[in-house]
Amino acid sequence: MNLACNIAGIPFRNPIVMASGTFGFGQEYARLYDINQLGGIVSKGLTLNPRRGNTGTRIWETAGGMMNSVGLENPGIDAFLAEEMKFWETIEPVRIANLGGSSIEDYVLGAVKITKDTGERHNTHLRGVDMIELNISCPNVKEGGMAFGIKTEVAREVIREVRQATSLPLAVKLSPNAENIVDMAVMCEEEGADAVSLVNTFSGMTIDIHQRRSVFSNLYAGLSGPAIKPIALRMVHQVARQVTIPVMGMGGITSASDIIEFIMAGAEVVQVGTYNFMNLRAGENLLLGLHNFMEQENIQSLDEIRGIIG
Amino acid sequence: MHTILSNERIYDNICLMTVVGDFQAARMGQFYMLRTSRDAPLLSRPISIHNLEQDRMQFLYRIAGEGTRLMAELRGGDSIKLAGPLGNGFPQVKGRIALIGGGIGIAPLLYAARQLDKPDVYLGFQKQPYLTEAFTPYANQLTVQIGGSILEEVNFSHYDYAIVCGPLGMLKEAARMAEGLETKVYVSLEKRMACGVGACYVCSVMNKNGNRKVCTDGPVFLAKEVEWHELSL
Ligand SMILES: Cc1cc2nc3c(=O)[nH]c(=O)nc-3n(C[C@H](O)[C@H](O)[C@H](O)COP(=O)(O)OP(=O)(O)OC[C@H]3O[C@@H](n4cnc5c(N)ncnc54)[C@H](O)[C@@H]3O)c2cc1C
Ligand SMILES: Cc1cc2nc3c(=O)[nH]c(=O)nc-3n(C[C@H](O)[C@H](O)[C@H](O)COP(=O)(O)O)c2cc1C
Ligand code: FES
Repeated sequence: MNLACNIAGIPFRNPIVMASGTFGFGQEYARLYDINQLGGIVSKGLTLNPRRGNTGTRIWETAGGMMNSVGLENPGIDAFLAEEMKFWETIEPVRIANLGGSSIEDYVLGAVKITKDTGERHNTHLRGVDMIELNISCPNVKEGGMAFGIKTEVAREVIREVRQATSLPLAVKLSPNAENIVDMAVMCEEEGADAVSLVNTFSGMTIDIHQRRSVFSNLYAGLSGPAIKPIALRMVHQVARQVTIPVMGMGGITSASDIIEFIMAGAEVVQVGTYNFMNLRAGENLLLGLHNFMEQENIQSLDEIRGIIG
Repeated sequence: MHTILSNERIYDNICLMTVVGDFQAARMGQFYMLRTSRDAPLLSRPISIHNLEQDRMQFLYRIAGEGTRLMAELRGGDSIKLAGPLGNGFPQVKGRIALIGGGIGIAPLLYAARQLDKPDVYLGFQKQPYLTEAFTPYANQLTVQIGGSILEEVNFSHYDYAIVCGPLGMLKEAARMAEGLETKVYVSLEKRMACGVGACYVCSVMNKNGNRKVCTDGPVFLAKEVEWHELSL
């Protein structure tokens, strides 16, 4: 049985990739199971400077989902390269750095730093970052992030500049809040992105009726989890039909059959986010489930089913 | 998956669950993430170690909402999913120690009383006390208060260490009362959690030295390092 996938020449041992913001840098989960079984790991969203994130309530559960307002708390790119890369050097899955920002300059400087660091590591035969995932879709940072992810022509500028700034494979993470997510994906391909990942969280709201105010100090927050799966799947299907670059599909995956659905809709690999909270051994269990499904259905390679929904 | 030996409502909305299993050593003040075999609620719930003796783990919890309500429906023989032990726990200190609990905040203090050398134990309740007799063998002195604030019973200057667990207002007040004293006050903070293992930044609190994660850097913090005005659940 062959679960191998490929994005921009980078081999993934299987389609299971852990989504940004739900897996840290992998170290915590490595204490719980063998994360080298995974296809890939996406880092927490990194910004040029460290961020303390949003104040107030950061998480709220909703029917079949959860809302988060973390606000890109992260140690900053320098600390990531100095500290977290020590661990990333030792792991097998594809290492994807998720790059956030609030201005084009920040995105570009961040991409340059990661690219340079990776070059230096390769020169000394160490492993570096394998791919950048450009996050133009974070709904939780007021001054930026998602602002770039709504209008195609605004996003085009960011992607063009970052594309020029890095020789690493570049994926762009799309927001389901985009005015037109298919146009956005097509634009990413035009600007030379190697892949698109979708979807990020849906902007949503919850009101505390006793306090008569939003639960979140940022007013809105990002919805993830099973509740978003049908919409995310539809978007992945629409996008996969219109671009030739690979799609990393995600949104509400909690089982092997969910993974199969995304692959049938056209995803090259999938990302798993919220499920990591429901099951701390999510990766291991999903992989087992995927093996079982393929055996039962007598599928030799994911290519047999990828994008079969016309 | 672990098997529940018993799960009883011991008073009003307070339950005591005993789980059997092959538990690894745990520090006092650490917690587990608990979930039933259902998918809802999505997230697991952090519950402190109330007591641990060989293959018996006990959780003392208050029915606060849907998650704990579903937990309370479980019976002996049912199974529950546990992840842990998690968090830093209370420090193994020596000297004159006050263990102070308010309401369900007494939950982690029994296991702590057993690990520490005969601390003075102060337990405060709104209406009716529960499980206080369990502390008797391990306490140098046991003070139980109903209504009002248990903190009024504590002379902080008398202690080298105070370990406090209870509602946020009580933790804040304890920190204030010990200001300027030599007494080191440790508080156990509560935040909503998602992963429980330090990966998601959902449980961050601002601390005098920068952000800290309640699930891994805490839940126990030195009171004087907490930025109290920034705290919310
Ligand atoms: C480290 C740690 C240890 C804990 N140990 C215990 C324990 O030993 N016994 C016990 O009864 N409770 C303990 N709690 C609190 C317990 O986790 C919450 O009461 C529980 O998660 C509520 O879940 P629910 O689904 O029943 O309620 P929900 O419907 O989620 O909420 C009901 C109410 O509980 C509050 N709440 C929700 N999540 C938390 C939380 N993480 N911490 C505090 N309050 C919360 C909400 O604001 C709301 O007022 C602990 C919390 C933490 C962070
Ligand atoms: C707590 C939390 C933090 C997240 N942080 C980031 C982030 O830093 N960067 C990013 O691109 N996406 C972030 N996401 C979005 C996820 O990577 C993913 O796109 C989304 O949650 C949908 O997938 P899911 O339903 O499987 O969780 C975060 C999601 C959650 C729940
Ligand atoms: S709950 Fe995820 S970091 Fe603490």
